[in-house]
Amino acid sequence: MTAPLHEPTTEADPVAADGPAVDSGVKKVEGRSLKQIAWNRLKQDRVALTGGIVVLVLVVVAVFAPLIVGLLGHPPNEFHQDMLDPLTNLPTGDLGGVSGDYLFGVEPNKGRDIFSRIVYGARISLLVAFLAALVAVALGTLFGIVAGYFGGWVDALISRIMDVLLSFPQLLFIISLVSVLPDDLLGLTGSGVRIAVLVAVIGFFGWPYVGRIVRGQTLSLREREYVEAARSLGGGRTYILFRELLPNLVAPITVYATLMIPTNILTEAALSFLGAGVRPPTASWGGMLRDALETYEHDPMFMVFPGVTIFITVLAFNLFGDGLRDALDPKGTR
Amino acid sequence: MSTVTSKRRLTAGAALVVAALMTTTACGGGGEGEGGGKSKGAGFNAAFNKVANPSTKKGGTLKMVGKQDLDSADPQRSYYGMAWDFMRFYTRQLVTYDTKPGVASTKLVGDLATGPGEITDGGKTYTYKLRDGLTWEDGSKLTSKDVKYGIERIWATDTITGGPQYLKQTLDPKGEYKGPYKDKSADKLGLKAIETPDDNTIVFKLPKPNGDFEQFLAMPSGSPVKADKDTGAKYTQRPFSSGPYKFETYKPGKSIVLVRNDKWQKATDPLRAALPDKVTVTISANLEENDKKLMEGDYDVDLNGTGMTQSGRVTAVQDHKDSVDNMQTSFVRYVALVHTAKPLDDVHCRKAVFYATDFAGLQQTRGGEIAGGAIANSTLPVSIKGHSDYDPYGVLARKGKPDLAKAKDELKQCGHPTGFSTKLTARNNNPGEVDAAEALQEQLGKVGIKIEVDPLDGAEASSITGSPSVVKKRGYGMTMSGWGPDFPSGQGFGQPLWDSRFLADTGNYNESQIKDPQIDKLFDDAIAETDPVKAGEIYKQVDKRILDQADWMPFIYEKNITWRGSRLTNAYMSDAYNGRYDYVSLGVVK
Repeated sequence: MTAPLHEPTTEADPVAADGPAVDSGVKKVEGRSLKQIAWNRLKQDRVALTGGIVVLVLVVVAVFAPLIVGLLGHPPNEFHQDMLDPLTNLPTGDLGGVSGDYLFGVEPNKGRDIFSRIVYGARISLLVAFLAALVAVALGTLFGIVAGYFGGWVDALISRIMDVLLSFPQLLFIISLVSVLPDDLLGLTGSGVRIAVLVAVIGFFGWPYVGRIVRGQTLSLREREYVEAARSLGGGRTYILFRELLPNLVAPITVYATLMIPTNILTEAALSFLGAGVRPPTASWGGMLRDALETYEHDPMFMVFPGVTIFITVLAFNLFGDGLRDALDPKGTR
Repeated sequence: MSTVTSKRRLTAGAALVVAALMTTTACGGGGEGEGGGKSKGAGFNAAFNKVANPSTKKGGTLKMVGKQDLDSADPQRSYYGMAWDFMRFYTRQLVTYDTKPGVASTKLVGDLATGPGEITDGGKTYTYKLRDGLTWEDGSKLTSKDVKYGIERIWATDTITGGPQYLKQTLDPKGEYKGPYKDKSADKLGLKAIETPDDNTIVFKLPKPNGDFEQFLAMPSGSPVKADKDTGAKYTQRPFSSGPYKFETYKPGKSIVLVRNDKWQKATDPLRAALPDKVTVTISANLEENDKKLMEGDYDVDLNGTGMTQSGRVTAVQDHKDSVDNMQTSFVRYVALVHTAKPLDDVHCRKAVFYATDFAGLQQTRGGEIAGGAIANSTLPVSIKGHSDYDPYGVLARKGKPDLAKAKDELKQCGHPTGFSTKLTARNNNPGEVDAAEALQEQLGKVGIKIEVDPLDGAEASSITGSPSVVKKRGYGMTMSGWGPDFPSGQGFGQPLWDSRFLADTGNYNESQIKDPQIDKLFDDAIAETDPVKAGEIYKQVDKRILDQADWMPFIYEKNITWRGSRLTNAYMSDAYNGRYDYVSLGVVK
């Protein structure tokens, strides 16, 4: 997924000195009504709404994974080798052993419940994707707003750093990083370390995308009258940055974060597929795809279930994100 | 109405075409090349302990395919078993493995020599008489001096790298000789431990007896090399043949073509059948594709002999079971229990692991009885003398199932009644190994032994698990791996694994870090014994000691599913070559 980058064509002017601090010019009533307008637009967009509902369901599934698996499946790491054909080691029965007992069938060789592993895999995928998006948004907003508002050498420096990071081969970097990092790090062990590394690295390489958008928006917003007014009334830098500019950046940031999550899900799946994800036996969708490679000709369902799950998840997030963008219309100005 | 009918007809027709196509593809694999796909394979396991399609008919081209090329075509520089098997096409040794199926292949018989060595001086002198009429591929006479020169190349460790060092360690343990390239004598035959009183006699003088000495001579590193054809490090590009075939072309990593060596005389070589006129090898990295081409009949045999991939073997076993063999390798899959990792320093904690392991589950994970292998009880593989049915933990008696009550009892005795935590390594490039490690993790979890699985890159594994300091630093308590012998004896299999004197700082294979004077002494006694049967009795004691101490846990005697091409004749699996087909005996129907 590529995101449109809103880069202004003109170079930033040096910023004038702060004016005297007086009262701000923002009216809260207007902000609320914007939300209402957006919500009304979103309600009418059925595609986006469907996407939103799927996302919600996925989040619920991930949060209540132990409960759902307790009701409908078997513990995700439990072997059920009696479900396999002793000669070929493939699941007995049609469609990779799909039955009322095993909703999505079982894995070849190990006989673990695929349904349970997909449910638990949702935890890893969503956790990594959300946290990484959070890291990226936090860093991107901070650096973007600073670069856009201050301009000059600060802007030049931050923009070059963003350029460097955007041209960095992040996938290769993460793979090599994961293989050299020790097992125990900052009090975390096992899969905890891997999750922390995935979040940190995916988030770190994601912030320049947010940063560019925020910088561009800030560049145009800081010339607005209300900012001018705040400045002339003596508003401090921090005040203007976080009270005047930031609330007006919330819409594009939200949209971008929503669109970033599916990218993160795909990155996490790719890394797990390449063996740089969470440790076995922790379930992850990308890891399941890799395991399925060996037998896909004879047991395609083992590949179909995690594949379709990733597809639906990413599609749902994208549809929801697109709908949200249309509803908030971040390109439009007040 | 009429349009509907024609549409239905069209659908029916299409369905028929599809069905026809499917049936033709379904029976396409097994019997191509012979009378229109009707022929069947010689039967499941037709090459196990017997010869499938026995034949003496010459001619045709034997087509081999492999994922990996020979590590070297130079007989003194090769260490891969599959390369040793292949080298019998163009090298000969004083003694070699008998060209017979199964365990009979591990018997050493005279090759260049008229028979096994005459052992005198309490096992310290080996004397061989060469056959008459031996020649090189240019027709020149092959003498005992060529044998000596070939063996001397092992000493040139800066040029001749990669091969086994057994002969050097046995004949010249102090390394006094510097190799033929630094040899000052005119004939470059300065090694004192080997004497060549005449062109047909060669005498080896060992500083101390080693019952496996003839096994060392049977490796390709015991092959003759003609001194004026020796190109040093480049010899691998064009080895000079003394066997029934010679190199036509060799493109490393791509292909090999061997053609008949017309100077080789069958009368001087009773062992090699040498049926095909030509042998070709194609190297291709895609294992799945190689399996398919084998099944389609484009190739006859897999050079590497590592068994089919899971996807290939499912097709093979389901549709063409009469064309596959269940190769019984000498590989043992094991878990080494690291004695320096607490609490595995306590014998009871180690025994708890033995009792809590579900061997049947591990077997299933690795592919089941046929594609994975048999459940192991003894530390030594079946083909090695010293293997016994000793089963102190009742693994075979319970058909591999765990005994959780006994496991908990052992845990109590070692002072960890609720279990303990440790780390297990497995190599992620070995198919099924990480899966088996995850299975073990789940099994041991049932008695509270919590394992963290650390998948290692196979290429790095030896520098990690092979270094006791790294193992200690990373806190590994168990390492999962597989091991096959360099030569079929207890020494060849077990000494690097269990002898404390083989415990090294790097490249260590004594992964359990066993330091047991009793085991060391048993190895010394067994090695000094020249009668293999008596030595085997001593290796039984080694096996018993290791199991009683729960030092090293074997779990599978590995078996593979291997494809026997429909054109192959005279095919049988040789224990001496780890269950691979004996390549030098294979023939093809034209």
